[in-house]
Amino acid sequence: MNKTLEQLEKEFQDRIDAGENIEAKNWMPEKYRKTHIRQISQHAHSEIVGMLPEGNWVSRAPSLRRKVALLAKVQDEAGHGLYLYSAAETLGISRDELFEQLNSGKAKYSSIFNYPTLSWADIGAVGWLVDGAAIINQVMLTRTSYGPYARAMVRICKEESFHQRQGYEITMKLAQGTEVQKQMAQDSLNRWWWPSLMMFGPRDEESTHTELSMKWKIKRKSNDELRQQFIDQTVPQAEFLGLTIPDKDLKWNEERGHYDFGPIDWDEFWNVVKGNGPCNKERLNARNKAWDEGQWVREAAMAHAEKKKFKSLKKAI
Amino acid sequence: MAELNKENLYQYLLQLGDNVMILGHRLSELCGHGPSLETDIALTNISLDLFGQTRSYFQYAASIKGDDSTEDKIAFLRFPNEYRNTILVEQPNTDFAYVITRQFLFDQYHLLLLEKLVDSSDETIAAIANKSIKEVSYHVRFSSEWMKRLGDGTEESNAKIQEALNYLYPYAGELLKTSPIEELAAGAGYGIDPDILTDSYYQNVNQVLEEATIKIPEGKWSHSGGKNGIHSEHLGFILSDLQYMQRTYPDMAW
Repeated sequence: MNKTLEQLEKEFQDRIDAGENIEAKNWMPEKYRKTHIRQISQHAHSEIVGMLPEGNWVSRAPSLRRKVALLAKVQDEAGHGLYLYSAAETLGISRDELFEQLNSGKAKYSSIFNYPTLSWADIGAVGWLVDGAAIINQVMLTRTSYGPYARAMVRICKEESFHQRQGYEITMKLAQGTEVQKQMAQDSLNRWWWPSLMMFGPRDEESTHTELSMKWKIKRKSNDELRQQFIDQTVPQAEFLGLTIPDKDLKWNEERGHYDFGPIDWDEFWNVVKGNGPCNKERLNARNKAWDEGQWVREAAMAHAEKKKFKSLKKAI
Repeated sequence: MAELNKENLYQYLLQLGDNVMILGHRLSELCGHGPSLETDIALTNISLDLFGQTRSYFQYAASIKGDDSTEDKIAFLRFPNEYRNTILVEQPNTDFAYVITRQFLFDQYHLLLLEKLVDSSDETIAAIANKSIKEVSYHVRFSSEWMKRLGDGTEESNAKIQEALNYLYPYAGELLKTSPIEELAAGAGYGIDPDILTDSYYQNVNQVLEEATIKIPEGKWSHSGGKNGIHSEHLGFILSDLQYMQRTYPDMAW
C-alpha cells in the first residue's frame, strides 16, 4: 500500500531527529530539496566568486613561496566549487543551470567577495578573517542532515583550516615587519573586520530561514551565536599580533563570558546584498565573461567527444 | 669551478628558470577565468608545476651566485634585458586557443629538453630534470589532447586554433635556436644545444597537428631575441606585475 505524504514526512523527520543522513535516493519533501539546492549552490558560487578577489593578487605576490601558496589556495577553491556543484547535482539540477542562475544574478553568493582586495595584506585578512568566519559555519555543516553536503564539507573544512592558518601567518609576518607593513596589516583589518562579522547573516530576529534550517539540521546554531563565537576566538588573535580591532565598544564581558561589540551597519550589509557593494558588478561581469568566452571551448569538447564515440562505434561494427 | 664557468652555469639556469616562470605567470593570470572549472584547475596545476620548477632552478642559481642572492632576488629584481626566456612564453592569453597552442608548442620542446637534461653532468640539473619530467609528460598530454579537441571539434574551434597556431608558430623556432649560453652549456656538459632536438620536435608537433586536422604553417622563419635579453613589449608589463611588491616595498620579508 502506498504511504501517505504525512507518513513519508514523518518518517523523514524521524530519520533526521535520529541523526541519520538523508541520501540522494531517499524520499525528501520538495521544500527540503529546494532549500538544499539553494544553500549548496550559494555555497558553491561563493567558492567560485571567491577565487576572483584572491586571484587578483597571484600575479603580484611578493615572493615565489607566497605566490605558489596563493595559487594553490585559489585552486583549492575551484575544487570546493566542484564538489559542491556535484553535491547540488544529486538533487536533480545541472551545473549549467546553476551557472545560469549565478551569471544572471538570480543566485546569491557570499557578499564578502564583493569587497575589493587592495593590498597584499588583504590576502592575509581574507585567509585569517573570511576563511576563519567561513570555517565556523562549515564545521557545523559537516553534521548537516543531507549526506552528500555533509561529506563535501568534511573535506572542505580540512583545506579551509589550512587556508586560515596560512592567512594568519601572512598577517603575522606583516605585523612583525617594518612600520609600512604593520600599517598595511592594520589598514586591512580595519576594512575587513565588519564585513567579516556580516558573513554570519542578519541578526536572529531578522533571519527568515533559521527555524526550518534548525529543524533539518542545516543549522545547529543561530547567526548571532556563530558571530559571537567568531568574535571571541578572533579578538585574542588580533591582540597577539598587536593589531587593533576597529570597534571602540569591543570589551570583554565577564558576566556573559563573551566579548561585547558595537553595532553592525546593517544598511551596508543589505546594500551589498542588493548589488551595491564595491565589486558586485565586477565579480558578475568576470564570471559572465569567463562563461561566454568559454562557450566555444565547451562546444568543441562536446563535439570532439561525440566524434570519438562515433569513430569507436564504427570500429566495433 | 672556474669563475667564468660559474657565471655561464648561472646564466644557463636563468634561461631554464625564466622560461618556466614566465609561462607559469601567464597561466596564473587565468586562475578563476577559465572556460570550465576543470580546465581552470588543470591550468593552475600546470602553473604550479612550472613555479615549482622555477624555484628549484633559482634556488640552485642563488647558491651558485653566492653572496646574498636568493630565489626571490633572481625572480623579481632583475632588469628586463636580464631575463632570458624565449618570446613565445610571454605571448598573452589572447583566448583559450592561444593559451593551449602556446602551451603545446612549449611542452613539446620542454619534454625533449628534460629527457636530455636528466643526463646532465651537473647533478642538481639532472635531479631537477628528473623530477620535472613526470609533470611535463602530463603537460604534453593535456595540451596535445586539447589541440585535438579544438582542431577536430567544431568549425569555429578549428578556425580559432588554426589562427592561434598561425600566430604562434613563428615563435616556436627560438626554442631550438642555439644561444651563446646554450653553446657553452653544451660544451661543458651540463646543458644541451637545443638544435639537436629540432627533428624530434617538429615530428612530434606535426603528428599531433595532423591528428587534430590543423594545417601546419609554411615557412621556417622565426622570431628570436629573448634568450639574449631582447624581448617583446609584453615582458615589461609582465614584470610590472611580477616585480610590483618587491619594487614598491624594497628589502622587506614577506
